[in-house]
Amino acid sequence: MVRFILSKLLFLIPTFLGITIIAFGFVRILPGDPVLLMAGERGVSPERHAELSAQLGFDRPLVMQYFEFLGRLFHGDLGNSLVTKKPVLGEFLTLFPATVELGLFAIVLATLIGVPVGVFAAIKRGSWFDQVSMTAALVGFSMPIFWWGLLLIIFFSGILGWTPVSGRISLMYYFPDSTGFMLIDSLTSGQKGAFTSAVSHLILPSVVLATIPLAVIARQTRSAMLEVMGEDYVRTARAKGMPQRRVIGVHALRNAMIPVVTTIGLQIGVLMAGAILTETIFSWPGIGKWMIDSISRRDYPVVQSGLLLIAGMVMLVNLLVDLTYGLINPRIRAS
Amino acid sequence: MSDTTVKLSDAAIRRRMLAEFWFYFSQNRGAVVGLVVFTLLVVVALFAPVLAPHGAATQYRDALLLPPVWQEGGNSQFLLGTDAVGRDMLSRLIYGAQYSLFIGIVVVSIALFGGIIIGLVAGFFRGWVDNVIMRVMDLILAFPSLLLALVLVAVLGPGLTNAMIAIAIVYQPHFARLTRAAVMSEMEREYVTAARVAGAGNLRLMFKTILPNCLAPLIVQATLSFSSAVLDSAALGFLGMGAQPPTPEWGTMLAEAREFILRAWWVVTFPGLTILVSVLAINLMGDGLRDALDPKLKRS
Repeated sequence: MVRFILSKLLFLIPTFLGITIIAFGFVRILPGDPVLLMAGERGVSPERHAELSAQLGFDRPLVMQYFEFLGRLFHGDLGNSLVTKKPVLGEFLTLFPATVELGLFAIVLATLIGVPVGVFAAIKRGSWFDQVSMTAALVGFSMPIFWWGLLLIIFFSGILGWTPVSGRISLMYYFPDSTGFMLIDSLTSGQKGAFTSAVSHLILPSVVLATIPLAVIARQTRSAMLEVMGEDYVRTARAKGMPQRRVIGVHALRNAMIPVVTTIGLQIGVLMAGAILTETIFSWPGIGKWMIDSISRRDYPVVQSGLLLIAGMVMLVNLLVDLTYGLINPRIRAS
Repeated sequence: MSDTTVKLSDAAIRRRMLAEFWFYFSQNRGAVVGLVVFTLLVVVALFAPVLAPHGAATQYRDALLLPPVWQEGGNSQFLLGTDAVGRDMLSRLIYGAQYSLFIGIVVVSIALFGGIIIGLVAGFFRGWVDNVIMRVMDLILAFPSLLLALVLVAVLGPGLTNAMIAIAIVYQPHFARLTRAAVMSEMEREYVTAARVAGAGNLRLMFKTILPNCLAPLIVQATLSFSSAVLDSAALGFLGMGAQPPTPEWGTMLAEAREFILRAWWVVTFPGLTILVSVLAINLMGDGLRDALDPKLKRS
C-alpha cells in the first residue's frame, strides 16, 4: 500500500509542474502585453510602462521569470492582487471555506439521494420508479444550472418567500469567523437564530450545485448495480438462499460502490465549475465568484494563482479518490 | 461489369448497416424523441428568418416587458412576451437556435479534428511521442473545464468566436484519449498487419485502415460534447464572457434578463427552457447512438 501511495505521489510531480507552466503561461505566453492588460483601458505612459515591467519582472527572459515564479511559489508567495494589493494566498484561504462548505453540502446531498435512488432503480428495473427517476436524472444532467438557480430563486424566494436570495447569512448577525465555515461559526457564536439563518442561506445554492452530480451519481449507481447483479457471485449468494436484503446490501452494493466512489470523486471538477456559476447567482463569497470577479477585473496575479490553487486542489482530491479506490479494491493495488 | 457488382454490394451493405443501426436506435424511445426535437431545432434554425414574427433586434418601445399572450396584459403580437427593451422573446429564441447549433457544430468539429489527429499520432507511434502528448492532455483535464475555458476567453478577449475556440480546446483531450485507446486496440488486429505487409504507408494505415474502425466511440462522444458545448457556451454567455449583447444567444439573453427575475418571469424562464430542451434532446440522442453503435458501452 505504501508503494502504491508513493508511486501515485511521484506521478503527481510532473503534472503539478505542468500546471504551473500553464498557469504561468496564461499571462505571459499568450498574445498581448501583460502590463497593458493590467493597466486596463486607461492605458499607461511609456515611462510608467517600463517601471511597471521592471517592478513585475517582465523585462527578464521568460524562462528566468518562470523559475522565479516557481521559487516564490515554493515559499508560499503567490503574488499580490492588483486590485486589493493583498496577498493572493491570504484571499484564497479566507474565501476557500465558503466554497468548501457549499461543495461539501452539495456532494453529501448528491450522494445521500443519488446512491439510494440508483440502487432502488436497479433493483426495480423497468418499474415506474426506475423510469421516472432515470428520466429525472437525464433532465438533471442536461440542466443549465445557472438558469435552474434563477428558477429556484423565483419560486422559493420570490413567490414563497422561504429562502433568502443571496449571501451566506442574514446581515442581522455578526460574529468573528473563527473557522470560516458559517455553519460552525454561527453555531458556536451562541446567537439565537444565527444557525437557522446560515442553513437557510445554504439550502438553495447547494441544491443547485448538487443537481448535476446527483444525476451522474444516480445513473452511475444504477448501471453499476445492474452490472454487479448479473455476476456469478450474486447468483451464488441467491442460490445459497441468502435473503434479498443481504445479497444486495453486502454482495452487490459493496462491489457496485467501486465505480461509484470514482464517480463521486470525479465530481470535484464538476463542482468547481458549478461553484463558479452557483456563487455568481447567489452572491456566495467563495473562490468561484472570486475567480469570476478577478477575471472581469483582469486581476491577472489572482487569475494565475487561483487557477494554480484550484487545479492543485482538484489534483489532490483525485489522488485521494485513487487511494480510496485502492483501499476498497485490492485488485487495483496489485496492478 | 465486375465493377458494378462491387458497387452494388457496397451500397447494399451500407443499406443493411443503416437498417441495423436504425433498428437498435429506434428501440430506444427516448432517442427517437430526442431525434425529433433535434430535427425541429435544426428546421427552426434554418428557417429562422421565415418563422420569426419579428426581427431579433427590433425594439418596440411601446411594448416593454409585455407578459406572454395567455397572461393578463399579454399581446397576441408577442406570443411569449417582450424583454426589457421591447424585443419579441419568441423571435429572439428562434434566432438563438442558430447560434446554439452553430456553436455546437464548430466546437465539436474543432475538438474532433484536433483530437483525432493527436490521438492517432499518439496511439500509432507510441513511445515518447505518446508520453508527451498524453501528459499534456492530462494537464488540460486537471483543470475544471469551465474555469479553463473562462480563463482562456479572458485572455483571448470575450466574444463568441473566442468562447468557441476555448471550449474546443478544453474538450479536445477527451477525443484524443478516445482515439488513442481505439487506435491502440485496433493496431493489434490482423487486418492492420496485413495492410502493413501489403506495403501501406503510415499515413494510409492511420487514416484509411485504422481510423474508420475507431469512429463509433468518437461519434458518441461527439454527440455528448455537442450538448456540453451548448451548455458551456450558454454558461460563458451568462457570465458575460461568451456572445455579447445584443446577440440573441440563449445564455446571453439570460444574463440580460437576470435583473428582472422577480418582476418578469418569462424573460428568465424561456431562454433557459430552450437550453434545457435542446441539451436534453441531444443527450437522449446520444444515449440511443451509444446503444446502436457500441453495444459494449451500453453497460457503462
